[in-house]
Amino acid sequence: MDGRRRRRSGAVLSATTLTRQEERAAAKRRRARRGALIAAASTIAFFGIVIALVVTAPGWDEVKTTFLDWHDFKKALPDLLKGFWLDIKLFVIVECCVLVLALVLALIRSTRTPALFPLRLVSTVFTDVMRGLPVVLLVYTIGFGVPALSLHGLPTDPLVLGGIALALAYSGYVAEVFRSGISSVHPSQMAGALALGLTRAQAMRHVILPQAIRRVIPPLLNDFIALQKDVALVSFLGPIEAFRVAQIEASSNFIFTPIVGAGLLYLCVTIPMTRWVDHLQNKERRVRGVAEVSA
Amino acid sequence: MSEARVPVLEVSGVTKAYGDRQVLRGIDLAVAEHEAIALIGASGSGKSTLLRCIDLLEEIDDGDVFLDGEVITDPSVSPPGVRKRLGMVFQAFNLFPHMSVLDNVVLAPTRAHGAAKAEAADRARELLARFGLEGREHDYPDRLSGGQQQRVAIVRALATRPRALLLDEITSALDPELVGEVLSLVSDLKDGGMTMLIATHEMGFAREVADEVCFLHAGEIVERGSADKMFGEPEHPETQRFLRRLLDAGRL
Repeated sequence: MDGRRRRRSGAVLSATTLTRQEERAAAKRRRARRGALIAAASTIAFFGIVIALVVTAPGWDEVKTTFLDWHDFKKALPDLLKGFWLDIKLFVIVECCVLVLALVLALIRSTRTPALFPLRLVSTVFTDVMRGLPVVLLVYTIGFGVPALSLHGLPTDPLVLGGIALALAYSGYVAEVFRSGISSVHPSQMAGALALGLTRAQAMRHVILPQAIRRVIPPLLNDFIALQKDVALVSFLGPIEAFRVAQIEASSNFIFTPIVGAGLLYLCVTIPMTRWVDHLQNKERRVRGVAEVSA
Repeated sequence: MSEARVPVLEVSGVTKAYGDRQVLRGIDLAVAEHEAIALIGASGSGKSTLLRCIDLLEEIDDGDVFLDGEVITDPSVSPPGVRKRLGMVFQAFNLFPHMSVLDNVVLAPTRAHGAAKAEAADRARELLARFGLEGREHDYPDRLSGGQQQRVAIVRALATRPRALLLDEITSALDPELVGEVLSLVSDLKDGGMTMLIATHEMGFAREVADEVCFLHAGEIVERGSADKMFGEPEHPETQRFLRRLLDAGRL
């Protein structure tokens, strides 16, 4: 105590002497400044080396004209956009089907009712098979196989068939995501709901599912993004979507800029999608915080 | 006349095993209307299992449980119908974290009992206010203290006007300073005539509230009697040993 008083009076006596607090703050500032400098320097060095390597590569000029030509990009953009619009429509419709089908599969697999055993078996086999097959193989099999049956009433539009193939494949994945969400909700929640006199179905609907779905939003989003990209696979069946547009350009004129353009279009959708879900989750957290303050 | 009165809850010869482990070995018990019975005993003695069996959250192996004279443990009885007439409060509250306090309380009346939303909400607000939770209706459970959460859980169980309350060690998960607010609420309920079966580690509370105290040991009720007799002059060596241990631990 004595020492502290002496130091403080010392600071008053001589204006140049810093207090301990000021010393610490200054040291912290120095450390932060040095950290920022190092980060900036290493970033510049890293990207500088990468860019230098690419630009000095023997084939750089050729790459620049085939992959990164502004003129080609502008020329291809209208067709790319038209193709991409098809991608988006297909994605939205398929995604809705996936969510419904996957939830049904997950619910069937989460029940214990003996009467539903056959359904449970079917949905287990279904998810295993759909997750076990390459998506492109499903697109081919359904896209070319179903019309070959020549059965009356079955769709023959390659776009519809491709969509069905994607929906089936992704339902397998998303069903597992839902199921892991459902089983992650603690059994005491089910006990609490049942003890109130709710039926199992009501407990699932009002207590378990809302919590399960909230928990699986991030993994669900991963599957959305993957699906958004895999929509390009229906191009194998003929529909002219964005990737197909770019591919035609590439194979006929040896111009790859449209492929880069298509890639940019995909990023334009997938990145905001990620940010949007982050925002939703933050908002959910904020709403709860506000409830506390207002109380 | 009083002899002919049917107890609200009656447990007769109930046994329950998990695999090889016998958890309940022939429990007999009756809770008359407006009566509170305390179940005491060491952890693992079967108190919680007994309550869960009565609420049909566990299936019993043998024996029967009657609610107002009707057998409820028959396989033909639909569990939701039985649970609607009982209220259960858990050690870990089991509130629904994604719902506001009000929605937690209103869920069962509206969904299981078909009450109108507005009516159920009015009654919920009235109950919450009566138990000191006014102004908390729109909070989420994780914003409340443990004691408040447990009081919400009790209100939630009361909202459906149950015939009896099953309280499963409702203060065991609480910080010591929060125990009192929950227990005084239960005392109020007892004074209001609520029929209760209470598993508890709080001996002082059991002594104050219970008309009868049952001591469970290894799945059996080895001794029962008035609180004064059980805590004053226990006869069974296991009861004596149990109370001695609590005394040594400073819990009595």
